[in-house]
Amino acid sequence: MGKKVIVLGEIRDGELRNVTFEAIAAGRTISGDGEVIGVLIGENVQSIAQELIHYGADKVLTAEDPKLKTYTADGYSQVMRGVIEQENPDSVIFGHTAMGKDLSPKLAARLQTGLISDAIDVSVTGGNVVFTRPIYSGKAFERVISTDPMIFATIRPNNIQASEKDTSRSGSIESIDVSLTDLRTVIQEVVKKTADGVDLSEAKIIVAGGRGVKSKEGFQPLQELAEVLGAAVGASRGACDADYCDYALQIGQTGKVVTPDLYIACGISGAIQHLAGMSNSKVIVAINKDPEADIFKIADYGIVGDLFEVVPLLTEEFKQLNIHS
Amino acid sequence: MNLFVLMKRTFDTEEKIVIETGKIQDDGAEWIINPYDEYAIEEAIQLKEKHGGTITAVTVGGEEAEKELRTALAMGCDQAVLINIEDDLDEPDQYSISQVLYHYMKDQEFDLILGGNVAIDGGSGQVAPRLAELLDIPCITTITKLEINGTDAEAERDVEGDVEKIKTTLPLLVTAQQGLNEPRYPSLPGIMKAKKKPLEELELDDLDLDEEDAEPKLKTIERFLPPKKEAGKLLQGEPAEQAKELVSLLRSEAKVI
Repeated sequence: MGKKVIVLGEIRDGELRNVTFEAIAAGRTISGDGEVIGVLIGENVQSIAQELIHYGADKVLTAEDPKLKTYTADGYSQVMRGVIEQENPDSVIFGHTAMGKDLSPKLAARLQTGLISDAIDVSVTGGNVVFTRPIYSGKAFERVISTDPMIFATIRPNNIQASEKDTSRSGSIESIDVSLTDLRTVIQEVVKKTADGVDLSEAKIIVAGGRGVKSKEGFQPLQELAEVLGAAVGASRGACDADYCDYALQIGQTGKVVTPDLYIACGISGAIQHLAGMSNSKVIVAINKDPEADIFKIADYGIVGDLFEVVPLLTEEFKQLNIHS
Repeated sequence: MNLFVLMKRTFDTEEKIVIETGKIQDDGAEWIINPYDEYAIEEAIQLKEKHGGTITAVTVGGEEAEKELRTALAMGCDQAVLINIEDDLDEPDQYSISQVLYHYMKDQEFDLILGGNVAIDGGSGQVAPRLAELLDIPCITTITKLEINGTDAEAERDVEGDVEKIKTTLPLLVTAQQGLNEPRYPSLPGIMKAKKKPLEELELDDLDLDEEDAEPKLKTIERFLPPKKEAGKLLQGEPAEQAKELVSLLRSEAKVI
């Protein structure tokens, strides 16, 4: 029997994030021949609602209010509780993003449901919806099911394959009434620190630096390579502790856990804490002076050499391919 | 101020994971306070230094968690509470733990509850925000800065690298992100004092919580290790040749470019 799944869409800089399309794909798997309902919350979201349908939603609900322009747990929670009450879904899926991580446990607590966080795979086996998720920051994995009829989950960006966009798909788009009570937290300001908008957790390619980068300025060649590749820049704890870069860039057991298609580790020795955060990347390249560095044990391709020599050469090579455009 | 810190003991980050008969083996493992909870403890101590008050460190777990609670006391917490669920809950999930904490916290007087934003073992980041919701208080996750003024609170929150500046009021729950502070090491006098600080042990019965009301909603059916990676290809030749070859391999063999 088909199930009803709600997927909360996420918008950044006016566009839907990829993780939303991946969440819809997860929703389709769970729903079987049931229904996937996309939800969009914000100030002006009607115009992009159609895209959710093109990626597999059957229907989209939109909630618009100037107070919903920036995410707040209280505002979004109120809207989502209304939606869940109206639709009575079997499952609600969020991206495992800053928003999803903040909102989903609060909603799950309010509705007394289980929540499976950070799923990297979802399948239906013997009538059970089975979620796979990393534990110990990717040193191990577990498969989890819900013992309750209703289940919430967040899915990690970059792991579940989104469906191809199909512009021939159609479905209804309905706006829902919003009446917000007081929001207990007020956002006074958002300071943009991420320069190029390529978020680490969602990046397809990451160029990361370690202690071998030696200084703040040492990240410059990495940034140039990242720019050519349309990649995000990350770092090991060593580089952050040495103040070469901001902790926001840290990848590892503390810090972010990432799974890009391509991870280029520059001057990173490969401590177990760092490997926990990136070893599930699809392809790993290591550039390090020390041939004995542990990073080479998990790298698909290794170059023993000076990153300050090799990285600019790589940048030149990639420039010639002109891939970013 | 009445400050409460939620903490959990976790494997040391150096530990390798071993799975036997579907369970994570912890024989001989080194344990630490979850690193994100250490930021929460440090922040509580700094707030106490500024505003005065009492810090209570709370954990849910088994008897052996006393060791990490003593470390928190040695850092500067005033008292500790160990809610021992060993005999009552077999495989608790985040729902279970938040129920347990709620039944403890609802009878306490508190201004601020601090926790780590995620534990590095389970990695769900659910328990603290769930607790805030059950207590019906505002909650700011992944904070990198916190200032308290009377009953007003201002926090900076890490949102995927950007910073949100948020205003709210106490009582409040916050979860710590890396960058919030630099946790101190326990001093020798601190360690000596910690031995005498009060550490209360409670069970579900003491909290008037029935096991059924904390039964998990989730069930883990399998645990496994990631497949071992084969050693890769070391590229030879002059740097320029290596760079060329790498780009070509990434295109034609790995097909990621």
